[in-house]
Amino acid sequence: MQELANIFIKSIFIDNMVFAYFLGMCSYLAISKTVKTSVGMGAAVIFVLGITIPFNYLLEHYILKEGALVWISNDFIDVDLSFLSFIMFIAVIASIVQLVEMVIEKFSPALYSSLGIFLPLIAVNCAILGGSLFMQERGYSSIIEATVFGLGSGVGWFLAIVGIAAIREKIRYSNVPPALRGLGITYIITGLMGIAFMSFMGIKL
Amino acid sequence: MSKDSLFAKKNMKLLSDPLDDNNPITVQVLGICSALAITVQLKPAVVMALSVLVVLSVANVIVSLMRNMIPSRIRIIVFLVVIAALVILVDQVLKAFVYDVSKELSVFVGLIITNCIICGRLEAFAMANPPGKAFLDGLGNSFGYGIILIIVAFFRELLGAGTLYGYPVLEKLGVYDLGYENNGMMILPPMALVTVGVLIWWQRARNEKLIENN
Repeated sequence: MQELANIFIKSIFIDNMVFAYFLGMCSYLAISKTVKTSVGMGAAVIFVLGITIPFNYLLEHYILKEGALVWISNDFIDVDLSFLSFIMFIAVIASIVQLVEMVIEKFSPALYSSLGIFLPLIAVNCAILGGSLFMQERGYSSIIEATVFGLGSGVGWFLAIVGIAAIREKIRYSNVPPALRGLGITYIITGLMGIAFMSFMGIKL
Repeated sequence: MSKDSLFAKKNMKLLSDPLDDNNPITVQVLGICSALAITVQLKPAVVMALSVLVVLSVANVIVSLMRNMIPSRIRIIVFLVVIAALVILVDQVLKAFVYDVSKELSVFVGLIITNCIICGRLEAFAMANPPGKAFLDGLGNSFGYGIILIIVAFFRELLGAGTLYGYPVLEKLGVYDLGYENNGMMILPPMALVTVGVLIWWQRARNEKLIENN
């Protein structure tokens, strides 16, 4: 249990997707103009990360990893399909996103109208694929750990985008040098937020 | 399309525009993740720029050849499959020939798949233009991307580690004898953001039509 809590906290603060690895920066910069839309986008990211990472974990452990195919027959003990992981992961992500979109549209039109427009954007959000690739690289020992890691990374991303959106709403009233307005100042603020988040780095979990 | 019309003036704009006025990173806001994450040193940045160059121009040509056959509802998945296949090729080549750099790039080679430069250019350009033009667009945009990567990596490596492409420039110049210290901050992630921010500032100060309203 403690192990899970550690993974969760670690993936939110210490290994924050945005500030430590710059994942999902494109949508982070493009959709952070108002708090309302950024909350929607953040929620969609948590949701999709929480679903795709356990799926890709199963894929990794029962198909792709070296010797993962032994459950079919012992002849496959030497088969290593991990070079296929990019294409398999992205296929899983793209189809799950499509599926989730259709399910939400059918069963919860209200949720769809607030979350729906963000879902297609998410298939090409690097935070999602990055989450799966980090899961593969770090070798979590159970599917529960992988799921917790996925949810934690999603929450970290959510915090980051809501934070920057709130700052951007306020900064509209400030007198920023013309050439720095918009994109430039957003980068610099993100850098400052990143410095703030670096203070979590010393925490050993 | 004949050969000479491919290199006509209008088409050369496809190559030169992304370098400045329509730069993928500083103006179109595409492909930022990798630009920030792998610019600690010049070498991985150069390797990354070359990988993106290969993937983007080939993917642009392939998608442009298939543009009339792809149903628009599933186009994103088709794009991703084309890109993922190319990225697997690039990844295997990197592992075979420059293993240490490939280790350093870690997940970021895989993330070329979701690098929005590629999806963005496929969607915005290759779906609507013939292969020759799409190829030039791919080249132009990856040069624009590469230039930013190399500028950022140049400053971060020089100021952060005092080396360039692994060569200890500052030590040879004797700057340390004057009391200079490496700025360790430049190596950390946040300074990549600030460096790109300053770069954008400089570019927009020079080129006023790019200035945004808020």
